[in-house]
Amino acid sequence: MVPVNPSDPSPPPLPAPKPPWWRDRRVVPWVVQAVVGLLVLLLIAFLLGNLVRNLTAAGLLLSWRWLQQPAGFDISESVLPFNAQLPYWRALAAGLVNTIRAVVVGLVGATLLGTLVGMASFSHNGLLRRLARVYVEVVRNIPLLLQLVFWYFVVFLTLPNGVAAIQLPGVVLAKSGLYIAGLGEGLRWMGPTLVNGVWQAPVRLSVEFGALLTGLIVYSGAFIAEVVRGGIAAVPKGQWEAASSLGLSWFATLRRIVLPQSLRVIVPGLNTQYISLAKNSSLAVAVGYTDLYSVAETTLNQTGRAVEVILVLLAAYLTLDLLISALMNGLNHLVQIRER
Amino acid sequence: MLWNRTRTLGMSLLAAGLLAGCAGEDGGVQSQKLSTITGRGKLICGVEGKLPGFSFVGPDGKYLGLDVDVCKAVAAAVLGDPAKVEYRDLNSSERFAALASGEVDLLSRNTTMTLSRDAAGGNGLSFAPTTFYDGQGVLVPVASGIKDLKGLAGKPICVESGTTTELNLADRMREQNIPYTPLKFQTSDQTFAAYLGDRCVAVTSDRSQLAGKRTSFPNPDAHTLLPVVMSKEPLSPATVNGDPAWADAVRWIVFGLMQAEESGITQANVDAKLAEAKANTNQADLRRFLGVEGDFGKQLGLPPDFVVKAVKAAGNYGEIFDRNVGPASALKLDRGLNRQWKDGGLIYSPPFR
Repeated sequence: MVPVNPSDPSPPPLPAPKPPWWRDRRVVPWVVQAVVGLLVLLLIAFLLGNLVRNLTAAGLLLSWRWLQQPAGFDISESVLPFNAQLPYWRALAAGLVNTIRAVVVGLVGATLLGTLVGMASFSHNGLLRRLARVYVEVVRNIPLLLQLVFWYFVVFLTLPNGVAAIQLPGVVLAKSGLYIAGLGEGLRWMGPTLVNGVWQAPVRLSVEFGALLTGLIVYSGAFIAEVVRGGIAAVPKGQWEAASSLGLSWFATLRRIVLPQSLRVIVPGLNTQYISLAKNSSLAVAVGYTDLYSVAETTLNQTGRAVEVILVLLAAYLTLDLLISALMNGLNHLVQIRER
Repeated sequence: MLWNRTRTLGMSLLAAGLLAGCAGEDGGVQSQKLSTITGRGKLICGVEGKLPGFSFVGPDGKYLGLDVDVCKAVAAAVLGDPAKVEYRDLNSSERFAALASGEVDLLSRNTTMTLSRDAAGGNGLSFAPTTFYDGQGVLVPVASGIKDLKGLAGKPICVESGTTTELNLADRMREQNIPYTPLKFQTSDQTFAAYLGDRCVAVTSDRSQLAGKRTSFPNPDAHTLLPVVMSKEPLSPATVNGDPAWADAVRWIVFGLMQAEESGITQANVDAKLAEAKANTNQADLRRFLGVEGDFGKQLGLPPDFVVKAVKAAGNYGEIFDRNVGPASALKLDRGLNRQWKDGGLIYSPPFR
């Protein structure tokens, strides 16, 4: 009697022949990735090494001491107090605040304009619908720089000046800027007044700021209008029909039924437009508005610290854009459909 | 899958190769710039491009001006042909980066020589002799009735950003405690457009630039230069610090133009002078200067007769001045500080020996 081994009734199945490693599906991707990764690292190391070597050769190794030196130039309009004796970093900070000011106001304005125009392209009024199309097509097909120069030199610089300025109660629009009444010195209400041929008022917006803002809002507004139009078009037609069968007006349908549902399509698209707007604000230098880029440019010229100044610029715009992006991603999360 | 990865890998390698090709110009030869220029067969010269008298495009589409003539003289001295120049218009913010990156060989663009621009720890430039001694001025409309800096109190002033002008303005106004609003623009065209658009009551820049720009105004007589001179502005051509042999070549070509005026050598008589030098072995100074004798050209890495070529191309310094900004031009500027040292000016060439 042959002893029976219950665990081994038949010869075990042959193990699949192990392929050589260069044909192994688990190995090859790893090897390729490692090689590519290594090459990228080598490339970065080479470029950085090159930069450091050349900068050392030119005696310009990275140094940040210049940030503490007095800037020596003035800034025409600054939210932060600034004068020429303050160090460069204060000048850059003043520029950054000026940039943020233009970006924030620009974002709000462009969103309002874009939403209105996007809604208008679904209007029953044919004239309004066509006007919205014409606006979008004209504006988004002309370079922004050209538009800024147009707004500044053709529109704002042809405003009347001094006594001839456009005067409304509490508001004066002159070639030098927009002057608005407000609480002045000693918390007294003050309207715009003409002192020695120059308008003075508690609240003053320069025409440079005005031109930049107008340009940014009109330009980004066109793109946002298209995003909004796309979002509205993405809402099924049945929603419109259901709303109108309930007796809701066009505006009520849009506001209560369609727009809330279109938000989840609109918000990701808006994110891109907002980031573009923030970056486009650096064209301010063309119309004489002292933004971060303009200050950085002067700083670069005075100090010769090109690499450092560009690094500061890169970091500032990157932070600004990532911040906008993070906020918009949060908003996107809020407007997504929640499955229950 | 595998194919895709291989392709990605291939592309990375290609990119690495391309970038490696662009980087690492350490240079070991005496003047890399000179051999680059002769190899390329043309000089790349950075100029302002829109400044009457100094560098601007004339009605026939050719560049004209004092700065342009310096480029022509250098091209003639190095390459033997004043037409072998490629001009690049640079604004005041771009100019140093363009020079440092090697995009232009020579910056001949009404640039003020200053310590921080010259120093290796600053912009790291190497300046050639000053071709125009200037000072900062202020241009105002006659109708404004402004007579001095005090009249500008509280008013907006247009200025080009990234210039010494911008800093001098800040300094002078601070000294006298005059509040003002600087409106900065990136290019001179934008700056003057804003001034002509009445956005500013004054525009400040080098006096020569103001005089030059004024000639292209719709009504030049309606604008006047204030008598105040706010700074010293020695406008000089510049090269990068890294190539002393090239800087020397440019320096001595410019000195050559100045020495030619002092020696009475003009565009018209340079050939006659050369013949005279060749015939008279006892005129040692002239023979050396014109390259008949000695090896000055060789020492600089230039042809022996580089001065003859430069003067033939552009004329001597005095001729260049008169033609572009002096009596024979629309600017009609006085020679002033730019007279030869013998006439009480500052134009002075060290000896050619």
